[in-house]
Amino acid sequence: MGTSDTFKTATFSGENLTCRRGGRMVFAGLGFTIPTGGALVLRGPNGSGKTTLLRLMAGLARPTAGRLLWSGAALEDPEAHGRHLRFIGHLDAIKPAFTVRENLAFWVAFWGRDDGLIGRAMEAFGLAALADFPARLLSAGQRHRLALARLVASPAPLWLLDEPANALDDRSLGALTDTIAAHRARGGMVVLASHGADLASGGATLALDKFAPTDAAQWTDL
Amino acid sequence: MSAFTALLARDLHLALRQSADSFTVVAFFAIATVLFPFGVGPEAEVLARIAAGVLWVAALLAALLSLDRVFTVDFEDGSLDQLLLNGQSLTLMVLAKVAAHWLTTGVPLIIMSPVMAVTLQLPAEGYGVLVLALILGTPTVSLIGALGAALVLGSRRGGVLLSLLVLPLYIPVLIFGTAAVEAAITGMPSGPMLSVLAGLALIAVTLCPLGTAAALRQAAE
Repeated sequence: MGTSDTFKTATFSGENLTCRRGGRMVFAGLGFTIPTGGALVLRGPNGSGKTTLLRLMAGLARPTAGRLLWSGAALEDPEAHGRHLRFIGHLDAIKPAFTVRENLAFWVAFWGRDDGLIGRAMEAFGLAALADFPARLLSAGQRHRLALARLVASPAPLWLLDEPANALDDRSLGALTDTIAAHRARGGMVVLASHGADLASGGATLALDKFAPTDAAQWTDL
Repeated sequence: MSAFTALLARDLHLALRQSADSFTVVAFFAIATVLFPFGVGPEAEVLARIAAGVLWVAALLAALLSLDRVFTVDFEDGSLDQLLLNGQSLTLMVLAKVAAHWLTTGVPLIIMSPVMAVTLQLPAEGYGVLVLALILGTPTVSLIGALGAALVLGSRRGGVLLSLLVLPLYIPVLIFGTAAVEAAITGMPSGPMLSVLAGLALIAVTLCPLGTAAALRQAAE
C-alpha cells in the first residue's frame, strides 16, 4: 500500500463500555463513534482510564460490559481486529541490539507490509541519519520517534496512540501533527490520549472523568 | 506466515547478536555434567550406569535457565503487546517463539551431548540413541517450558516459580529419554521408548501453544 492510497471506508465505535480493574470501576456506560478520517482525543486526569480505554480499543483487554464495533459489526475476534490497527503505548517495543532500520524492518515484515516505506518513515521522524545506529544508544525522545515511525512504515487504518507527545521536541511534535493529518486525509482514524498539545485539529474530544462512577457507586456490585 | 517467519528470524538474529545467552546454557550443561565424575568417583562402571540420567537431568536444568527469558524481554519492552496485535494467530506466534528457543538452546545441547557423554564413559552403543532421544525430547522441553514461562509472566520471582511449575512436567520426558539410552546400552530395542518420546512431542505441540497463547493474553490484560 503506497501513501497515496486511501483506506477502505470504515468507522470505529464503542457502545456502553464499562471497565473494572482490580475491583475499582474505572469508567461505565462509555460510548464513542469515530467516522472515516476522524479523530478522538481522550482527556482526563491521571487514573481516569485513558490507557485502559486504549488497550480495550486495541483488543488487548476486554471490557467488563459493552462492545466495540468496526463499521457497524461487533468485533468478536480480537486477533482479527489486530489487523486494523497500530497501537503505540508507553513501552516502545524496541530491541536495543538492533539498529534503527532493523527495528523498523522487523515490524514491517511482521505485519506483512512491503519495506518500501521504511525510508520515508525514518525521514518523517528525523531518524534517517540514525538508520544504522544501534537502538541502545538512542535517547528517550529518539526511541519514541522510532516507535512512531512504525505508523508510517506499516500502514493500518486505526491508530491508537497513548500520550504520543511525550518526550518529543517541537520539531517532532510538528512532524507528528503532520503525520496524523496526512493519515486522516487518507481516511485513517486516530484515537489519542493527550494532556497538552492539540495534535488532531477538528477531532472530537472525550472527557473520561464524565464517565467515572461516583465514589458511592464505585464499590458496589463487587 | 509472514509474521511467523519474521518473528523466528528476529529471535534467531537477536540470539546471534547476544550469543552469550546461548553460550551460558551450553556452559552450564557442560559444567553440571563434569561435576558428577568428581562427586561419584571416576569408576567407569558407576559412571556408565548413571550417564544417561545425568545427561538428561543436566540438559533439562540447562534448558530451564533459558526459559525465563523466552517472553520476559518482550513483555518488559512492550513487544508482547505488538505481537498480540499480529492480526493472524497468536498460537502461530507462540510456535515461532518456541521454535527459536529450541534452535538456540535445544540444538546446541544436542550437539554438545556426545562430548559430555565421553566424560561420563557412556558405552559406545548409547551415543546414537542418546542424540536421537534428545532430538525427540527437547522440543517437548521447549514447548512445556514456554507454557510455564507464559504462566509466570509478570509475577515476582517468576524464575523460581517457573522451575516448580515446569520440572514435574518434565518427568515423562526424563523417564523415557533415559530408558531409551539404557535400553540401547543393554542391547534391548529402544524403539518403543523413542516412540513414546515422539508421542509426547506431538501431544505437547498440539496443546502447549494454545495454553501459552491464552496465558499471554491474560498477562497482557
